Amino acid sequence: MTSKIKEFSGTPLSEKDFEKGRILHRQDQLEAWYAWDTGVAIRTYLAALQEGVLLGGYCATCRKTVIPPRTVCEWCFRPMDEYVPLQDTGVINTYSLCYVTWDVKRIKEPEIPAVIDIDGASPLHGILHKLGEVSPDQVKIGMHVQAVWKPEDEREGAITDILYFKPIKEAKS
Amino acid sequence: MGMRKVAVVGAGMTRFVRRAQETPKELAWQAAKMALESCEMTLDDVGAVCMGTAPDSFDGVHMKAEYLSDGAGAWGKPYMRSYVGGGTGVFAPIQGWYHVASGMFDVALVVCEEKMSSFYPHAQAAFLTIFDHTTERPLKPNLLWIFALEMNRYMQTYGLSKEDIARVAVKNKRNAADHPCALLGDADITVEDVLNSEMLAWPVNRLDVSPVSDGAVALVLAAEHVAKRVTDKPVWFQGVGWNLDTAYWANRDLAYPRYVEYAARMAYEMAGIKEPRKEIHIVEPYDPFDYKECHHLEGLLLADRGQAPQLVADGVTLRDGNMPVCPSGGLLGVGNPIAAAGLMKVAELFWQLRGEAGARQVPGQPKRGLAQAWGDLMQVGTVVILGTNP
Repeated sequence: MTSKIKEFSGTPLSEKDFEKGRILHRQDQLEAWYAWDTGVAIRTYLAALQEGVLLGGYCATCRKTVIPPRTVCEWCFRPMDEYVPLQDTGVINTYSLCYVTWDVKRIKEPEIPAVIDIDGASPLHGILHKLGEVSPDQVKIGMHVQAVWKPEDEREGAITDILYFKPIKEAKS
Repeated sequence: MGMRKVAVVGAGMTRFVRRAQETPKELAWQAAKMALESCEMTLDDVGAVCMGTAPDSFDGVHMKAEYLSDGAGAWGKPYMRSYVGGGTGVFAPIQGWYHVASGMFDVALVVCEEKMSSFYPHAQAAFLTIFDHTTERPLKPNLLWIFALEMNRYMQTYGLSKEDIARVAVKNKRNAADHPCALLGDADITVEDVLNSEMLAWPVNRLDVSPVSDGAVALVLAAEHVAKRVTDKPVWFQGVGWNLDTAYWANRDLAYPRYVEYAARMAYEMAGIKEPRKEIHIVEPYDPFDYKECHHLEGLLLADRGQAPQLVADGVTLRDGNMPVCPSGGLLGVGNPIAAAGLMKVAELFWQLRGEAGARQVPGQPKRGLAQAWGDLMQVGTVVILGTNP
């Protein structure tokens, strides 16, 4: 702020001013309901999830394999209509140990969201998901993980058909 | 390119507070009025008004620009809102710049306003809709995830510790102690305070994050013939740039903001800057999280990849260092009313380059500064370079 001015507008209030009714205010809750069509590429992706397959999209011009699949390649703007089944394994690109919910309430056992680079996709191409069957202090970037699927008859064609990814116990040489 | 020269000639801002009694319109008006008074102009001198404000969902008001229009002085004028998420605060002045540079208007008023406190239970939840509704939202994500994920990737890629990053929060909150409008200035904060603050989503602690805030900032932009008439210290637009990366955020390198580099290169080219590390005297990169300041310094080519935390540790980025970064106190210290916070950075350059920043003044008569903001789904970069020479 410029040193030429000493007084600034903006009057701070606190949460207590609202709780104790010291200030006139109005509360309302907006409800919004949506039903989202899945489109062409994501419909195919979800249908494959129901079958227990992670599906990618391949651009023959850019020779890139992306996930989730999409109908247009961002790089060359050509149609991207080739679907390729990928592994249901991958490498942890990054993760977090999250101790708060969406509305900033504390939770004791952290959720472990992660970006997982899917085996078979181009480098640094991953998806957002969660990790399970691993204690928070054991998670490492670079760890090899595998999808844990819902039982086949409970799958509904959704990203949650994968419950979480768990570390693969590898016999490494 | 046949563009006219454009200067910033006036600026104003409200205090950034956790919760303001004033309505969004009232905040916008306070900042706009102060900006006009600072250059002795009235609304009659203004040809067009540019509004920057982030999601409608904060206010629960549809078409927020129209709602804010009277406070922003837009009645009866060409008026337009720009919105690129967190990048808005540095994009709105770019919009103002091309309004004037094009020759369409001699004077443009740029107003950025944000009131985040109306949203319940917490403004964070207003961001949930940035995640893909079909492939991500069923996982019940929260906004902290993407920052925590990006910060962890950044730390891992370059072998950085939490302490390396926490120094940024300490520097900015200390700088903000000298800012009369700041929400979280603290002259005595230490690295331990940051590391010991509440863990939100590892590696992000409470003090790694900028506060939810309410506030407004405004600038007056003028063409050369007007600028020279109203002030003997116009601060000129030398370069602007903006760029967008893929919306598939898990399909790109999270350790390096390529889109910021592209935006910066666009602005450097326009400003004729060949060696940004020597030619930029003040930097105001976007710092909603402390690691983002480092991330952005690297994207702006002002630090080597993974080396920005070393600049902080060496004191290079202190207010009296060789390359002062966030001398205002940044979003971490002054506050983060999204769009207003970005424009605050441009306003800070204006005051610094005129030598009016008081206790925050960077020594050595700086001649050129850069402000940058970032937003959308971690994918947009907006850059403005201002200088004392046209």
